[in-house]
Amino acid sequence: MRLGELKNHERELYFFQLRIGFAGFAVLAAFALLFVRFFQLQVVQHDAYASKAEDNRISIVPIAPNRGLMLDRNGVILARNFSAYTLEIFPAKVRDLERTILELGEVVDVQAKDRSRFRKLYAEIRNAESLPIRTRLTDEEVARFAANRYRFPGVEIKARLFRQYPHGELAAHVIGYIGRIDQKDQEKLAELEVEANYRGTDYIGKSGLEASYQQELHGTTGFEQVEIDAAGRGIRTLARTPAQAGNNVTLTLDIKLQEVAETAFGERRGALVAIEPSSGGVLAFVSKPGYDPNLFVDGIDPASWAGLNSSPDRPLTNRAIAGIYPPGSTFKPYMAMAALELGKRTQKSAINDPGYFEFGGRRFRDSKPGGHGYVDLYKSIVVSSDTYYYQLANDLGIDAIAGFMGKFGFGSRSGIDLEGEATGVLPSQEWKQKRFRRPEQQKWYAGETISIGIGQGYNAYTPIQLAVALATLAANGDMYRPRLVSYIDNLRSGERRNIEPALVSRLALKAENVEFVKRAMAGVNKEGTGARSFGSAQYSNGGKTGTAQVVGMKQGEKYDERKVSERHRDHSLFIVFAPLESPKIALVVIVENGGFGARAAAPIARTVLDYYFLGKLPETESAAPVKRGSTPAEQVEEEESD
Amino acid sequence: MALASFSARRVFRRLTEGIDGTLLALSLALVALGLATLFSASYEQPARVTSQIANLVVALAAMWVVARIAPQTLMRFAVPAYLLGIALLIAVALAGDVVNGARRWLHVGVTRFQPSEMMKLALPLMLAWYFHKNEATLRMRDFAVAALLLVVPVLLTARQPDLGTAVLVAAAGFYVIFFAGIGWRVLAALSVLGLASLFPLWGMLHDYQRRRILTLFDPTQDPLGAGYHTIQSTIAVGSGGITGKGWLHGTQTHLEFIPERHTDFIFAVFSEEFGLIGNLILLSLYALLIARGLMIAANAATYFARLLAATITLMFFTYAFVNMGMVAGILPVVGVPLPFISYGGTALLTLFIGIGILMSVHSHRRLVQT
Repeated sequence: MRLGELKNHERELYFFQLRIGFAGFAVLAAFALLFVRFFQLQVVQHDAYASKAEDNRISIVPIAPNRGLMLDRNGVILARNFSAYTLEIFPAKVRDLERTILELGEVVDVQAKDRSRFRKLYAEIRNAESLPIRTRLTDEEVARFAANRYRFPGVEIKARLFRQYPHGELAAHVIGYIGRIDQKDQEKLAELEVEANYRGTDYIGKSGLEASYQQELHGTTGFEQVEIDAAGRGIRTLARTPAQAGNNVTLTLDIKLQEVAETAFGERRGALVAIEPSSGGVLAFVSKPGYDPNLFVDGIDPASWAGLNSSPDRPLTNRAIAGIYPPGSTFKPYMAMAALELGKRTQKSAINDPGYFEFGGRRFRDSKPGGHGYVDLYKSIVVSSDTYYYQLANDLGIDAIAGFMGKFGFGSRSGIDLEGEATGVLPSQEWKQKRFRRPEQQKWYAGETISIGIGQGYNAYTPIQLAVALATLAANGDMYRPRLVSYIDNLRSGERRNIEPALVSRLALKAENVEFVKRAMAGVNKEGTGARSFGSAQYSNGGKTGTAQVVGMKQGEKYDERKVSERHRDHSLFIVFAPLESPKIALVVIVENGGFGARAAAPIARTVLDYYFLGKLPETESAAPVKRGSTPAEQVEEEESD
Repeated sequence: MALASFSARRVFRRLTEGIDGTLLALSLALVALGLATLFSASYEQPARVTSQIANLVVALAAMWVVARIAPQTLMRFAVPAYLLGIALLIAVALAGDVVNGARRWLHVGVTRFQPSEMMKLALPLMLAWYFHKNEATLRMRDFAVAALLLVVPVLLTARQPDLGTAVLVAAAGFYVIFFAGIGWRVLAALSVLGLASLFPLWGMLHDYQRRRILTLFDPTQDPLGAGYHTIQSTIAVGSGGITGKGWLHGTQTHLEFIPERHTDFIFAVFSEEFGLIGNLILLSLYALLIARGLMIAANAATYFARLLAATITLMFFTYAFVNMGMVAGILPVVGVPLPFISYGGTALLTLFIGIGILMSVHSHRRLVQT
């Protein structure tokens, strides 16, 4: 028994030692496995991991360049940058966005507006590295956040340059605004193959000159090689290529003149374009109502956006290039030009105006009941006889009119240095064929030509087109491409690049014909429909009033302003150039639903020209500085016969 | 003079009685490597090195004490230690502190204490005692009881939740059962059963535990979350190359890409700075330590001492293997420190108590047989 026990003991020890041996073998096998893994990582794949470690160490951090400034022709700053602190969330590094935003509210002031703006940005810009939850932090807020920073991984304070438009609404449609780069912008940048230069840039010009001169204003992105830690924080800079600021863009615009023009508009809707005929340089460019571009800089909050976007006044539409209006009677000087150039009329050609023109059993009424009696070409412009031009249009025919007007730029884009220009409609047989689908609609009816003569019918042009046509007439047929930028300064090289006037075409107009039409336009403002506003002007000038119908009138129906709702009232137009000899300015004003051209648009033109030539500021800030005292009494009746 | 030198030698003999030079040298070599690595990993907080040295002093003292206690005496602690451990685990479940979403800590006076850590020694002690007591009449029933003794603390630990420690405690229990001589067939059957139970177990796991396991197969799936540790640590190891980047020159370490770089992921720091050669040295030190431990176990006097020594030795191996495997990206990320290297007082204390037990087993290897 004892022996058996002992034997058992020895056997047991043997089995135990066997298992110890087994364990030792297992340990060796496991360590061998580890060694194989180490060998794989440290020898076989060493290069790959070494470069990964190197990537971990050095991060290329782009340095966004300072955006170039925008200045008016006298060096007044229109768009500048200022530095401010923003609180930015890195969505990829934040686990619970909503909670983080909620908790941030305990440290800094985060309002509902900020939250909804952040959500809007987050929805719009999918792969943004960081997005601002708050902008323009106060020093106290910066300090408070810094003390609580450990609570918010993935949230950082950044010093950013913000765009600021010191003049607010003034010239908003010219200057435009910048906004966050979105998907569409990214695609565009990819197309232009400039994405690399936009690493680190969050903002891009969205409209106006901010958009069309984006590449000039942006500058060149710099780079910094930074040693970083896993949290992405820079430890030290290894190398640095500084960013190069964008170029400064100086406009042809005179912001003072612009201010005078916009003030003269007051609350009314419409557009104004003033061009230097000898160069195409735009002196003033108004689209009313405007908006405050500063709203867009931080990312517009949804409430303000909805307000701007859904307003029936459409403040975001740039009316000067995208609004299309019938030119009304401002079309008549060009019709007269066509008649003379094409030999359909002489300076002496006259009619007896009974107050209507009959065509195909239909009566085309003159705006003056009973008509103007004996009307020659000169008087037809001065008193704005409709009958004369009904007849003339009929005699010329639609294709002759279209052919001639096309040369003045009607119905084609002016090529101004802004995006979003509309084409308008220069009616012709060809146009109608293309425009309509059904055969009976495609046919041009001779009756349709009649109202084309007084700038109605299918006629529809942008204010910039009207301004270009007027400038071309004023410059005796020299047509320059309109432009808002005068020169571009590269601050680094000190180099200044002038944007030279671009002569588009030189119309072969007979000097005597041009002289005649200009003289007739001078007559308009001395003794005709424009005299009420311009009769007392201390500089020579020539103009033309215009009234554009918004709704068609039935046969025999009389237009009664009081019966028509405000938005269906006629548009008020006025075109004017000055002085008569070598004109310095050609100006077009359209006041939407302003009624007769002489009443709403002409006073605005006068105010602007008075400032331009005499440096005279309007006496009152009032919206309609009409100087009734200066209006000769006998011309009051002319006012209505536009 | 001769007398003085004689008595000094006697004092030294008395002091080093029961201390195994080989084990001490190997473990101190590992600690030395650990301190060097810790110094590099704690450049921003050098106080950690001094505090680890203080931990070491305490651990060595504990080792010295334990080494002088005979295994028979240790056996007496088995049941009370086990029961206390279970009680504390229940206390944790009822009133523990929650850190990082897990209830693992118990407040003891001014300090916090992890009872599951204690279970790593208490369970093998208990099982070894149980097998020793029933040595003569070991039957299947005893293995079943042992399994029950194992399952209770493992489940309590697992539901804290602390899967890593639960697995380690279970491993410790399993080693005792294995060395106690459970049949190979039973073992095979149990493995099949274990594999089969993986499916219901998967359902019991917490989301983050599942994620950790899934991330193991493809760390890139969650590069900023659960996969981040593994991605960064494998980069550290791989970029170390054959010779390493040199002490204090690990970029992954010094640029803070390695999380928990003084504790669970300290091996990434070591491997980055000392390379494949360093890893080989480390593996060799562990292998020698384990060989020495297994040798001691093989020559142990009693059944209890044998089981305990073998189990403790394999625990050293398990910690080292799981930790290095985790850092090298072949094992899931579980909270296991690298023995003798990672920063941490409790772990160091447990390890040196283990060393002390091995020394005690070694020095008492012939006492009973005579």
